[in-house]
Amino acid sequence: MLRNTRLGYGWVAIALHWTIAVLIVGQWTLGKMMKSIADQRLSFDLIQWHKSFGLLILALAFFRLVWRLANPRPALPAETSGLERQAAGWTHRALYALMIVMPLTGWAIASTTVLEIPTLAFYLFIVPDLPLTRSDAAEALWASVHDVLGWVLLGLVLLHVLAALRHHFLLHDGVLVRMLGAGPPVNRE
Amino acid sequence: MRLKNLSLAAFLLGGLVIPARSAAVDLNDAAGRYAISPSGSSLAFAIASIAGKGISGRFARYDGAIVLDGGNLARSSVRITIVPASVETGQDRVDTFLKSNAVFDVANEHAISFRSSGIRRTGDRSATITGMLTARGHTSPATFEAELEDMGKGWISFHVTGHVLRSPYGMDVGTPIYSNVVQFDMKLKARRE
Ligand code: HEM
Ligand code: HEM
Repeated sequence: MLRNTRLGYGWVAIALHWTIAVLIVGQWTLGKMMKSIADQRLSFDLIQWHKSFGLLILALAFFRLVWRLANPRPALPAETSGLERQAAGWTHRALYALMIVMPLTGWAIASTTVLEIPTLAFYLFIVPDLPLTRSDAAEALWASVHDVLGWVLLGLVLLHVLAALRHHFLLHDGVLVRMLGAGPPVNRE
Repeated sequence: MRLKNLSLAAFLLGGLVIPARSAAVDLNDAAGRYAISPSGSSLAFAIASIAGKGISGRFARYDGAIVLDGGNLARSSVRITIVPASVETGQDRVDTFLKSNAVFDVANEHAISFRSSGIRRTGDRSATITGMLTARGHTSPATFEAELEDMGKGWISFHVTGHVLRSPYGMDVGTPIYSNVVQFDMKLKARRE
């Protein structure tokens, strides 16, 4: 089952969810690491990988958004309160937004730095810069936006993970399991 | 044939007269030992990039000596020592990166040196210089093309170009985004010691 149903996520949504989850956590860690290590040679290479993986996340996130809009949404368990539905809905919207905005702000850093280091994604093809004016000030601005949004993203992911664990261990519903793709969707609706 | 010998190589090989601009110079005067002088010299380099402008810069501090053996070009020699910490690209952040352990590692490495092992005439005013280039603890062969530019009383100047690969010196950070090849374009003005 590739597509979602009202009962559960299809394989495409599940694969995208976990691939992007792993990439984002790795990407965040890589972002902090490449900035803090002393070895400038390694740092240069890590920044190139960071740009490559970040743009991959952007491409996957676009596809995921389209897929999401073209598929039914699995319903939440019937007993989920209105507030919980709201919280889940807005967290998911914010996560979608950040999956796209986060890479764009990173791309803006690479496009405004006066260092003008070309982006050779995965050492395979050149990705053009965004049409922005280069200056130290513009780069610093985008870098701080990128950093702040990175923390916001991390916070939301943490909240999201805690919610998932709450569903599984406290509420004992099928919400986490259906995103794991294990067996037929369990739903109490 | 005699006219053709009005050249650097001929001059190095000895015995003939070389015109610097219009004035003929007595070769016996030109043979000798010269010190490369920072005033009148420049040591520029450029590295191409797969997109965009690449990196270009120069070294501000270096010293060296040219020994012209009036009778034997092969016995002539060049040595030059560059202070890597003097690299300048016009962009402080690029300089900082070049000085870091990614490239020159100036905290630990204080010199890049070239020592010629052979000079071979290639034309009226030109010669190929081969030798060993040492940087960051690696020594590897390097070749430069030299052309006599001008000379006067007690001084001589050459235009020297060459391609040096970064990889043999462990300085190939950023390839292939930035080329492995460093193009050197130097003007060496030397004064007789
Ligand atoms: C979801 C995707 C991304 C995440 C989670 C992410 C995360 C991060 C983090 C946590 C940092 C360190 C911030 C700091 O400490 O100041 C960082 C820095 C950076 N990121 Fe990203 N990033 C993403 C996408 C991208 C993309 C697509 C690009 C470029 C095409 C990019 C370019 C950069 C650059 C150039 C820096 C260094 C900024 C600086 O020097 O302050 N990032 N990123
Ligand atoms: C960077 C990491 C993550 C991001 C960006 C992310 C994003 C999202 C988004 C946007 C949705 C909504 C999917 C949709 O309805 O289209 C979702 C659903 C879900 N996520 Fe994550 N997620 C991440 C990590 C995790 C982790 C680590 C877990 C588990 C501990 C998890 C568990 C779930 C579950 C169970 C659902 C399904 C919720 C439902 O059935 O309504 N997620 N995630």
